[in-house]
Amino acid sequence: MNSVRNVYLFPYVVWIVLCVVAPIALIVYDSFFDIEGHWTLENYEKFFTPVYLKMTLSSFWYAFLITLFSLLIAYPTAYLLTKTKHKQLWLLMIILPTWVNLLLKVYAFLGIFGTFGLANAVLNAIGVGTKQLLFTDFSFVFVSVYIFIPFMVLPIFNALEELNPSLVDAARDLGASAWTTFRRVVFPLTLDGVKAGCQAVFIPALSLFMITRLIAGNRVITLGTAIEEHFLVTQDWGMGATIAVFLIMIMAFVVVLTGNRR
Amino acid sequence: MRKLVQSFIAVLLLSLLLLYVSNRLNEAEGYAGDNTLIVYNWGDYIDSELITMFEKQTGLKVIYQTFDSNEAMMAKIAQGGTTFDVAVPSEYAVSKMKEEGLLLPLDHKKLPNLKYIDPRFLNLSFDPNNRYSVPYFWGTVGIVYNRDMLGGKKITSWNDLWDKDLRNQILLVDGAREVMGMALNSLHYSLNDTNKAHLEEAKRKLDALTPNVKAIVGDEIKMLIANEEAAVGVVWSGDAAEMIAENDKLDYVVPKEGSNLWFDNMVIPKTAKNIDGAHQFINFMLDPKHAAQNAEYVGYSTPNKKALEYLPKEIVDDKRFYPDFDSIEHLEVYENLGKRMLAYYNELFLEFKMHRK
Repeated sequence: MNSVRNVYLFPYVVWIVLCVVAPIALIVYDSFFDIEGHWTLENYEKFFTPVYLKMTLSSFWYAFLITLFSLLIAYPTAYLLTKTKHKQLWLLMIILPTWVNLLLKVYAFLGIFGTFGLANAVLNAIGVGTKQLLFTDFSFVFVSVYIFIPFMVLPIFNALEELNPSLVDAARDLGASAWTTFRRVVFPLTLDGVKAGCQAVFIPALSLFMITRLIAGNRVITLGTAIEEHFLVTQDWGMGATIAVFLIMIMAFVVVLTGNRR
Repeated sequence: MRKLVQSFIAVLLLSLLLLYVSNRLNEAEGYAGDNTLIVYNWGDYIDSELITMFEKQTGLKVIYQTFDSNEAMMAKIAQGGTTFDVAVPSEYAVSKMKEEGLLLPLDHKKLPNLKYIDPRFLNLSFDPNNRYSVPYFWGTVGIVYNRDMLGGKKITSWNDLWDKDLRNQILLVDGAREVMGMALNSLHYSLNDTNKAHLEEAKRKLDALTPNVKAIVGDEIKMLIANEEAAVGVVWSGDAAEMIAENDKLDYVVPKEGSNLWFDNMVIPKTAKNIDGAHQFINFMLDPKHAAQNAEYVGYSTPNKKALEYLPKEIVDDKRFYPDFDSIEHLEVYENLGKRMLAYYNELFLEFKMHRK
């Protein structure tokens, strides 16, 4: 009996070893070599210099902002979605943009946010005047939030759908106001969805790189940007791998922190 | 659900069929045979008519593939998956590839048209006697600026960029050597300087430029400057020529403190299978008429002396892109500084990018 089960397990074990364990092991291995291929701990020392610590902090800060705004927009959206008649259709409309290639969406914003773009035309029309939108923190966070929103909406929507409506009715019957019902009943019961959504946004947001160049004009440097540069330009794979190791540790920490689902 | 599965299978079958048909078509046209030539070049860097002409003349089929950075190209050639027959690296990449044994020596007997190349572009330090490479295009790094947006002010030097009036008006190209080189030149140091004190000084000078820098971008810079998103850009000469073709308010200048002179070169990488065909291709591109046609299409400057006779006068006489010998004498070619130094340049460049306004 046991051996039959092991046979079924085999493909999964191979998959996990080849696609999860091996790459991480390789990254850790690479992180111990300097640019000339000598064994060293120098990369780890270098990570604790102000440059990389500052970069880590700023990556955290932007990922936090992106997650926060995504959540602020996605929760009400998901809540309203569950109340609409054609839920699945509306949900599809929100997911649809993820079918378009990321690079194309980002390029589109280059045009929209440009000095002579749509956004500035609107600002001009309402009398605000032309503002620099492209290459600012605002545009970076805005575009990132736009890209990540579907990933936040989906888990929250599912959690809200699973919520037993009779619990809400019971709360109201027992005299709770709409706000109290939301705060004490709806939100705690959908917290797992919120956590899943935050993970799905925060973790990739930590290692964003392309948007930092196209939309933020390299004025925002995240750990992802540094990894890209070390692997492609400097060819200092050791340092790139070291940053990746720290990124993996941070992500594991975030998962543990937001994990413990029942 | 069943319908979904059915339509999915239908799409899959259709794509397989199309793949099969396109394969057969390629075979019919000879792509799968031995008479192919795989050319690996920068994007939009050749007049495709010339490829058709070459195919007709030689009966070879050219498969044209593109890359967007020397580093990416070298990584792919080192990996060796595709049998690239001709590649077009920049000069510092030629010396690096040479060091790493990624190049095959050229047979000059098979390249009679080499005699048309201007001698001042031959036998350069990165490849003595042109053993491995032949120049394809050359150019400079300089400043492109919009006369109208600057209100008639002229830019002639790197140090003009530090002017307080240019606040938030400059776009830089995302290259460590270009930007660090600009700062070094503005301090009258060599752009191949390896003195750490000088490099630190250059980095501090760049930090002072931060308020004027709107963004540090890649290829988008062409579109952004042509659309007047910013008044000033630090760019390669050929990109500047393209921008000027789109927006006639733009002008290009090679700063007087000095700048980078670069060469893109045709080489035969060690992955080559059709070595004879590769020589034929290189020789074909060296033919003055073909070189002229290519230069007119691409917009960069040709090193082919004889080709200049076939180019329109307004192109050849444009001192911005075909400067006199005297005016480029003080320009420097990038030297291969070694991995460690290059990493240090990049480190400083990264720190400059992180410097907030």
